[in-house]
Amino acid sequence: MGIRTPNPFWLASAPPTNGGDQIMRAFDAGWGGAVWKTIGEPIVNTASRYSSVDWNGQRMMGFNNIELISDRPIEDNLREMAEVKKRYPKNTVIASLMVESKREVWHDIVKRSEDAGADGLELNFGCPHGMSERGMGSAVGQVPEYSCMITEWVKQAAHTPVMIKLTPNVTDIRAVARAAKKGGADALSAINTINSITGIDLDTLTPRPNVGGFSAHGGYCGPAVKPIALHLVEQIASDPEVGIPISGIGGIAGWKEAAEFILLGCGTVQVCTAVMHYGYRIVEDMIDGLSRWMDGKGYRTLEDFRGLTLAKVTEWKHLDLNYKIVARVDPAKCIGCDLCYVACWDGAHQCIHHEGSREPPAARTLAARQRIAVTPIPKLDAMRAGKGNGYGSGPRVPVVDEEECVGCNLCSLVCPVDGCITMVEVPTGKPRESQAMRDSGRVYAKPGEA
Amino acid sequence: MTSPELPVRQNLERFPDLHPALDSQSAVTEANRCLNCFDAPCTAACPTHIDVPGFIKKIASGNLEGSARTILDSNVLGMSCSRVCPVEVLCEGACVMHRYNKKPIEIGRLQRHSMEDFFARGLSLPMAAARRAEKVACVGGGPASLACAAALQQQGFSVTVIDNRPLPGGLTTYGVAEYKLRPSDSLREVDLVRKLGVEFRQAEVGVDMQLDELEREFSLVFLGVGMGAMQRLGIPGEDARGVIDALHFIERYKTDATFPVNGRVAVLGGGNTAIDAANAARRLGADEVHLFYRRTEKEMPAFSFEYDHSKIEGVLFHWLSQPVEIVTNKGRAVAVKLVRTRLGKPDATGRSAAEPVPGSEFEFPCEMVIPALGQSRFMEMLRTTRGIGISDGAITVDRPTGRTANPKYFAGGDCVNGGREVVDAVADGKRAALAITRQLS
Repeated sequence: MGIRTPNPFWLASAPPTNGGDQIMRAFDAGWGGAVWKTIGEPIVNTASRYSSVDWNGQRMMGFNNIELISDRPIEDNLREMAEVKKRYPKNTVIASLMVESKREVWHDIVKRSEDAGADGLELNFGCPHGMSERGMGSAVGQVPEYSCMITEWVKQAAHTPVMIKLTPNVTDIRAVARAAKKGGADALSAINTINSITGIDLDTLTPRPNVGGFSAHGGYCGPAVKPIALHLVEQIASDPEVGIPISGIGGIAGWKEAAEFILLGCGTVQVCTAVMHYGYRIVEDMIDGLSRWMDGKGYRTLEDFRGLTLAKVTEWKHLDLNYKIVARVDPAKCIGCDLCYVACWDGAHQCIHHEGSREPPAARTLAARQRIAVTPIPKLDAMRAGKGNGYGSGPRVPVVDEEECVGCNLCSLVCPVDGCITMVEVPTGKPRESQAMRDSGRVYAKPGEA
Repeated sequence: MTSPELPVRQNLERFPDLHPALDSQSAVTEANRCLNCFDAPCTAACPTHIDVPGFIKKIASGNLEGSARTILDSNVLGMSCSRVCPVEVLCEGACVMHRYNKKPIEIGRLQRHSMEDFFARGLSLPMAAARRAEKVACVGGGPASLACAAALQQQGFSVTVIDNRPLPGGLTTYGVAEYKLRPSDSLREVDLVRKLGVEFRQAEVGVDMQLDELEREFSLVFLGVGMGAMQRLGIPGEDARGVIDALHFIERYKTDATFPVNGRVAVLGGGNTAIDAANAARRLGADEVHLFYRRTEKEMPAFSFEYDHSKIEGVLFHWLSQPVEIVTNKGRAVAVKLVRTRLGKPDATGRSAAEPVPGSEFEFPCEMVIPALGQSRFMEMLRTTRGIGISDGAITVDRPTGRTANPKYFAGGDCVNGGREVVDAVADGKRAALAITRQLS
C-alpha cells in the first residue's frame, strides 16, 4: 500500500493508541506501527465501557466495548502525532479518522493529519456503536454508496495512502470492499468489531457493560472473533474486484494468528485486545515466533508466504467426495476418558465403541453401575492384595469401527491428549470427484426463482 | 445429651486443616480441569458411587446447591467423606489424569467446597413424601447407621439411632484426626439426619436396653456398632498410668482441652490410627514421638501418603521392634521394653511374620505409651444375638444387601468389614436401607 514499516505488527486504532506517550512506549516495546485512536470531534464516554466473555476459567476469550472515538481534542492528538513522528521517524503512524459526512470537514481533517506527519490514513467506517447513531462509523460502512463517496472525498485531498476499515456487520463484506476500491482506496483493514451483547447479570438482569442500570450493544473482539475475521479477510482477499492490500484485524494475540492472516493475503496485522489484556510486551514473541516459524519453513520475507493459503480455500462443491479418512486411537496414549465414545454416539455417527460393546452410552453406564454395586472398593482391595495402585488399569480404550467411521474429526477434537486420536487417510482407489463434477450441466434453482 | 464445647479451641490452632478449603475461584478453576469422563472411573472407585463429574461440573457452572445435592443423593455424609476419605486410593487415585502425567482433579476438596456451601446456607435434605408405620432401629451412631437411618427416614419409616456415647457420629465425631475433620463438622451431619425426623437415643444395647425390648419396639434392626475396644498388648505393665490406646488418645485430645502430652512418647503399631496418634502427639507438645513397628516400612498397613505426612510431622520410625513389657515405676510407665525382630515366612495376611530375635531386648525410656494394635473384632453383645453369623470376629452379611442370617437384623460398616473407611460404612448403610425398604414393602 506504499507505506514502509519496520515489521508487520501494528496496534489497531483503540485504547492502546489513545495518545502519543502510549504509542511511543509501544514503539519502544517493538511494535512496527500504530493506528491512532480515531480522531474526530471529541466525544464523551460512559462508565463502564467494557465487558468480556470468560470461558472455562480463561479470562477475556471474547471482549466487548461501547467506547467511542477519541475523547481528546483533535489538536492535542495531532500535536502528539507530530511529536511521535519526530522521535520515531522509522515507525509507522496511521491517523484513524471519523468526522461528519461533509466533504469539507473530511478535507480539513485529512490535511491536518498529513500536516502532523501521518504516514497514512485509516477511515473508520466500522465502529458499530454510538457513532453509527450519529451517521458515522458503520452507518457509512454498511452502505456501499456512502463508503465510496467519502473515500472519493478523502482521496481528493490526501497525499498519503488511504485505508478503509471495514465493518463485519453486513451481509456481504465484498460489496463495501468493492465500493471502497471504486472510491480510490489504496488498502483495506478488516475487521472492525462485531455487534454484540456479551452477557446478562443474572442477579440484576442487566446486560454488561452496565451503565447505570442500562446497557447498549457494543463491538465484539478478542480471540473468539478470529475465525470470523479470517473468513471475511479471505472473502475480500480472493475477490478479483477488490485486489488491494489488506491489513488484518480480529483476535490476533500471537504469531500464529498473525501468520494465518498473512497466509490469507494480509500485508500487516493489527492488534488490540491482546494488548489490552497483557500489555505492549506481547509483541516480542510475535516477532520472535513468526521469524522462527519463517526460518523453519525457509521463508525470508513475508512475501514468500503471503496469500499462499488463498489457493487452498475453495467452494464446497469443489471438494473431493472420494477422499476418506478414519479415526485411529493410539492405545498407548489413551487415558480412558471416553469422551470420544460419548461424543461419537451423541454428537456424530455412532461408530466408536466401548469395551467391545455396541450399546449406546446410557446402557453402558447402567451396566457399569450394576457391575460395581457388589465390589465396593476394587482399588483399595487391589492395593491391600499387593496388586499395585490400580492406575492405568481398565479396558477403557475405545474402538473405532473404521467401516462406519465417516471421518468427521469430532473424536479427535474432543480428545484431551495431543496425538492420541489421529485421522488417517484410507485410499479408496477412486478418482477425485466433487459435487460440481457430479452436477455437471445441472442448474439448481436459486431461492426466489421458483 | 451433654455436649462439650467442640472443637476444643486450641485444636483449631494446633491442628489447622491439612487440606484447606478452596476459595470459590480456585474451585471453579479446578472444576474446569475435570474432563467430564464418560462412565467416570472416579465414580466407579467411590464406594457410594457419587456422580463425581456431575457434581464437579455443577461447581463450574455456578450451581453449588445442585452440586451438593448430587453428592448427598449418593452419600449423606458427603462432608465427612470429603475430608476423611483416602482419596489417593479412591476417586482421585482412579482419575484418568494419572495416565496423562497430570495432577488428578482435587475431588475431595471440590466436594468439601460444595458441602460447606450447603451447610453454610442451612439447607436440608428432602423429606419423605409419605410416612410409613414401621419403625427401624439403627444400633450404633456412626456413619453406617447414619447413612441407613437417613435413607430409611426419607423412605417414610420412623428411625431411631441408638448410641452409647453422649454424642452421635461414632468415630467420625471421636476418632478422626483433628486436622482432617472436627467434631463440629461431624455433628453438623448428625443434625442434618436429625432434621429428617430421625430420633437419637443414648443407650447401651444389651445393658440399658435388652434385645427383647429392641425387637418389640422395632420391626427391623440395623447393626452399625463398629468394632470393639482396641486390642490389648498382652504384655506386663499395660494398665499402668501413662499408657493410653490410640483411639482413647484421639478421643481425649479432641474433647478435653486439659489433656497433657509432653516428653517422649512411644507409639506401638504401624496402621493409619497409629500414624494419626503419633502426628497428634507431636502437635500436642511431645518433645519426641517414636513409632515402633514389628515389621518394616514395606509391610506397614498405613497408607503411604499417611506415612509420608507423618515423617514431615517429625515422627521417628523404628522398624523390626516388638514391645514385650511396659516398664513401670510406682504404677506409672517409664519405658517400653522391646525386642528386635526379623522377618520370616509370609503369614496368613501374605506379609512376612515378625520373629523375635532372642537376647536383643532393649529399653526405650518415655513418658507416654500409645498402643495402636487395631480394634478387637469380638463384640460381647453379638455373641448372644439371635443367630447372627459371626466369622473372624465380624458379622457375616450378604454384601449387596447387608442381610444377616437372622431376617430381623441387617448390618454394615466396621462390624462387618473389620474396619475400613467412613465411605465404606456409608455405602453399607445405604445398601442395607434399600434392602430394608424392599423387605418392608
